[in-house]
Amino acid sequence: MTRKRRRLTILLLCALGLGTATALTLTAFQDNLVFFRSPSDIAAEPPPPGRAFRLGGLVEEGSVTRGSTPEGRPSVAFRVTDGRSTVGVQYAGVLPDLFREGQGVVTLGQMGPGGVFMAREVLARHDENYMPPEVAEALRRSGHWNPASGTAPPAGGRPGA
Amino acid sequence: MTDWLLPWLTVAALVVLGIGLAWGLAFSPPDWQQGETVRIMYVHVPMAWLAMGGYTGLVVLSVMALVWKHPLADVAARELSPIGATATALCLLTGSLWGRPMWGTWWVWDARLTSVLVLFFLWVGHAALTRAFDDQERGARMGAILALIGAVNVPIVKFSVDWWNTLHQPASVTRLAAPGLHVDILYPLLTCALGFSLAFAALALAATRAGLLERRLRALQMAAARKAENLPANDGRGIAP
Repeated sequence: MTRKRRRLTILLLCALGLGTATALTLTAFQDNLVFFRSPSDIAAEPPPPGRAFRLGGLVEEGSVTRGSTPEGRPSVAFRVTDGRSTVGVQYAGVLPDLFREGQGVVTLGQMGPGGVFMAREVLARHDENYMPPEVAEALRRSGHWNPASGTAPPAGGRPGA
Repeated sequence: MTDWLLPWLTVAALVVLGIGLAWGLAFSPPDWQQGETVRIMYVHVPMAWLAMGGYTGLVVLSVMALVWKHPLADVAARELSPIGATATALCLLTGSLWGRPMWGTWWVWDARLTSVLVLFFLWVGHAALTRAFDDQERGARMGAILALIGAVNVPIVKFSVDWWNTLHQPASVTRLAAPGLHVDILYPLLTCALGFSLAFAALALAATRAGLLERRLRALQMAAARKAENLPANDGRGIAP
């Protein structure tokens, strides 16, 4: 075996060892590497009360009700769903631009009384679909809208645009 | 060879990048959800691809340097890391600028963002480590080992959005079904990606060439210094250098 051959073999063995170690570590920490938990995860494995975690899913259609806190800050109540389970969310504060019914969101907070998630932060999640407003409008009008990419845009283009 | 390749590569990069950026920033439609903010993608996505592709190149150079002891691979790896670090920094920066209006936050510690930050530290670490030794060969060897250890991060960056749920969206262009981008957005993006890639290659080539010249100059200076030291001592008494 030449020296080059030997160096290459050692390198490949090291790569194999390092790769296996990394894969095992990542598998072991699987639960900690997820950024958020879905309503189904919460239903299957309710987190202990008072423990902060992130809840992610789609904002359920027709579930958003806006109000205000006693101090006059804007507040919003909505339900987060993943198609199987649903969790009610209560939040007071400013919502991101992309927040709307059917949109993916990730919220940080803890379970409050009555199984309602008390959020102190709401982030919008963007999907991997990009298209011009006219195309979105045409898809909506022709009935070819893919519900996986959220609610169809309202007639007349993007809200607030 | 680089004498004729470099000017051509530079001109091609400037032309393609000019067309791509003008197309992306001025003549492509806004996105139906993101509005004009989508244009950040025309810089962000090519930078992310270059950060990853460049690192894969660094891994190949490091294998060549360690196994075949190719001196050119040492020089190229050493000159590649500051360019790769810049691309990764721009990727993180533009991503953060996009995240504030779209997600509602500058930064989150999800698997994709965190693994790209690790990639940035690997680039910076490689740049620092290869320059940290008086003995350049030793520095190159340490850098190559670091680059190879860091190679485990490359698949983690790529598949983080599929293996775990993240705030970052999954891949749009390289997914198995049709790309998630409308052609009016996809084509300017691909043009920008080609332009930035050509610019990356031109910068890497120019830097490697400068690195080689620097090395040759050092060797000549060393030889001259040795000669100057030895000449008076060597007159007739034959003392070896």
